[in-house]
Amino acid sequence: MDLLANLALGFSVALTPTTLALAIAGCVLGTMIGALPGLGPSNGVAILIPLSFSFGLDATQALVLMTSVYYGAMYGGRISSILLNIPGDEPAMMTTLDGYPLAKQGRAGDALVLSGVASFVGALLATIGLMLLAPILARVAFLFGPAEYFALYLLAFCTLGGMGSNNQAKAAIAVCLGLGIAMIGVDSSTGMTRFTGGSLHLFDGVDFLVAIVGLFAVAEVFVFIESHGRDSAIGVTLEKIRIPVRDILATRITMLRATAIGFVAGLLPGAGASLGSFLAYMVEKSSAKDKSKFGKGDVRGIAAPEAGNNAAAGGALVPMLTLGVPGSGTTAVLLALLMTLNITPGPLLFTERPEVVWGLIASLLIANFVLLVLNVPMVKIFSRILQVPAAILLPGVTMVSFVGIYSLSGSHFDLLLMIGFGVLGYALRKLSIPAVPVILGILLGGHMEVSLRRAMVLSDGDWTYLFGSPIAIGLWIAAVLGFIAPLFLRSYLKAPAAHKDEA
Amino acid sequence: MRLFSKMAFAAVFSVGLAGQSIAAECIAPANPGGGWDFTCRSITKIMHDIGAVESPLQVTNMAGGGGGLAFTHVVNERNTDDALIVAASTATATRLAQNAYSGMTADQVRFLGAIGADPGVIVVAKDSPYKDLNDLLDAVIADPSKHAFAGGSAAGGYDHLKVLMALKRKGFTDIKKVKYIGVDGDADAITQTVGGFTAAMTGDISGVVGFIKSGDVRVLASFTDERIPGFEDIPTAKEQGIDVVAVNWRGLYTPKGASDASYRKWTDALRKVGASPEWKEAMMANGLAPFNKVGGDFQSYVDGVIGEVRAMSVELGVMK
Repeated sequence: MDLLANLALGFSVALTPTTLALAIAGCVLGTMIGALPGLGPSNGVAILIPLSFSFGLDATQALVLMTSVYYGAMYGGRISSILLNIPGDEPAMMTTLDGYPLAKQGRAGDALVLSGVASFVGALLATIGLMLLAPILARVAFLFGPAEYFALYLLAFCTLGGMGSNNQAKAAIAVCLGLGIAMIGVDSSTGMTRFTGGSLHLFDGVDFLVAIVGLFAVAEVFVFIESHGRDSAIGVTLEKIRIPVRDILATRITMLRATAIGFVAGLLPGAGASLGSFLAYMVEKSSAKDKSKFGKGDVRGIAAPEAGNNAAAGGALVPMLTLGVPGSGTTAVLLALLMTLNITPGPLLFTERPEVVWGLIASLLIANFVLLVLNVPMVKIFSRILQVPAAILLPGVTMVSFVGIYSLSGSHFDLLLMIGFGVLGYALRKLSIPAVPVILGILLGGHMEVSLRRAMVLSDGDWTYLFGSPIAIGLWIAAVLGFIAPLFLRSYLKAPAAHKDEA
Repeated sequence: MRLFSKMAFAAVFSVGLAGQSIAAECIAPANPGGGWDFTCRSITKIMHDIGAVESPLQVTNMAGGGGGLAFTHVVNERNTDDALIVAASTATATRLAQNAYSGMTADQVRFLGAIGADPGVIVVAKDSPYKDLNDLLDAVIADPSKHAFAGGSAAGGYDHLKVLMALKRKGFTDIKKVKYIGVDGDADAITQTVGGFTAAMTGDISGVVGFIKSGDVRVLASFTDERIPGFEDIPTAKEQGIDVVAVNWRGLYTPKGASDASYRKWTDALRKVGASPEWKEAMMANGLAPFNKVGGDFQSYVDGVIGEVRAMSVELGVMK
């Protein structure tokens, strides 16, 4: 009954005209930000924070606006993934794998609607999960020490090498490249700098947004220039939008499974939405009977990462609100916002500032329905943003990429670095080495390394510490199986598709 | 729609850039949120609200290199700018001491003052066997390999050094044996400690307030001269016989080449903010304790801190 009373309080806050208007405005802005390549939820929210101050919004209103933008960007990220093969933000990366092939088959509309519905399912269930489980689940973070985190990241990379690609060796090369780039910067365990060449710009490491925009957007521009527009991602046409009821029904189990996985990934501090969408995709691919269509436009490959990353967005709010530990890059920015608003997140936030927490939860529930409307019936309007002729769109993509990246740090160095990544992305594409593992290496490599280093500090270099808890052992077993199993199973599973070329 | 959004962004950026050349500016050398951003935003707002400056100040975020990017920018490009102040904290002094700003030194700018500080604390989980700071430190000295500390700054950072200073006061000199893991922020360090992965957490009180109130943790000591207002039941390290004062002060510096007149103007304005009720309220809300050193006092205080940190860092091996 407490729950109902709390929800009533929440809706009484959320349903005031101002708050409602802010939630809707946030959803629209967020979807647009998400759809634009390079501008993801974290820099979108960061750019808009000053707005909430200059409007003089109170704590609840500011939080509602910002989380609506956050959710909106998570929805919107898929649009350019599907239509352009350029992820709108980092968690939408996995959606490119099947979303873009499906769009090329002339089913872009189906892909957009299906992913919109999957986003809705993931986000809605995660919001309900946040509501019901937040106080309990907050404790999960206490169970994860360095050894457990290391095993978790290892699991991510093993499944990537084992199942994520049709060519293990190329995926492994890409992962190593990413892990190598993740080494750049100040080593947090000793305070020493590594591979920075003395440049202050590299002290904080390579920003993964710079890498993403470079590897995807800038590389796309190079490919376009080379092919004079032929064979380029740009220019997928969008037919009339229908509701692909059969696909939605066929993926209902996929969505639920991905939601659960994404939510748990979101709960873990530092893991976040990218890991959520990634693990959801991997589990889907490995549990499917017929894997041959994955990477070529399988509807499950679209539903899983979208439900997963939106569920992770909800899950990531749990440790942020209850422990003050951000579960993702964006929640780190939201945490900063909370602190500036004089709200100290922590175990007592739910009892001390119920109007903030429950107002937020109620707004998120409303925002989800707004986003479903924006992203299913009205998706055409948003995708029109990306439907401009290539000759106009590409310079536009380039400009937004440059502006977005420049706004991160205000330094020209990142722009040069981004162009460098563009060249790298172009080279990788020519060698048909996937770019996604490179990004995941950059994104998660640093976390994985420090987890290992911390574990070694705590145990005096005793490696058995890494297997010291049931959780860690379970993750290790899953990681080893994830890497080895496909090697044995491949001959059975892949036999019928063996004559096909890599997509 | 895309064009509109682009134009809107471009407009916002160009206004931001144009504004810099007119209004006085406060650079926060980090992204929005966090200590330096808070320093710039709250101090400049109060400065204008109470009439200590005529026009509102512009806050610019310039993240990178742990504050090094902004420091280099000020020294190389804005050295004679009278209308510029930059947020700084204990971390700025620590990094300067450890030569982490690639060759930049503290005497290349002029420290203006600090008007508040986040007190350092040592925290254990509520079920920890250690009841006071001496219990914990004695246990560490008896077997350093069994007791690790978690903190929100990198190894060799100020959270790490605080623990080492306390251990040195107890006569323990083998400081390389002390285990420390640097995690992402105070809250993360707390979860590692409450989860039982480390024996204690070292950080600032503002980051642990929520956990103190919920009863998940116990604060063994604060590194302050007096007990912290609002947390009078936390004993200081000094009371327990360990004479360490380590606070994360929130202050500002100005370019070295700025005129003496502007330096005086800024110190006056900062003193006025420090004395205002608005600032007292902001300090209370953010868990800051009183700390008031402005002008020459502050410069010599910073020089002292830098000397101490440098000696400790050489001993620890994080710098040569």
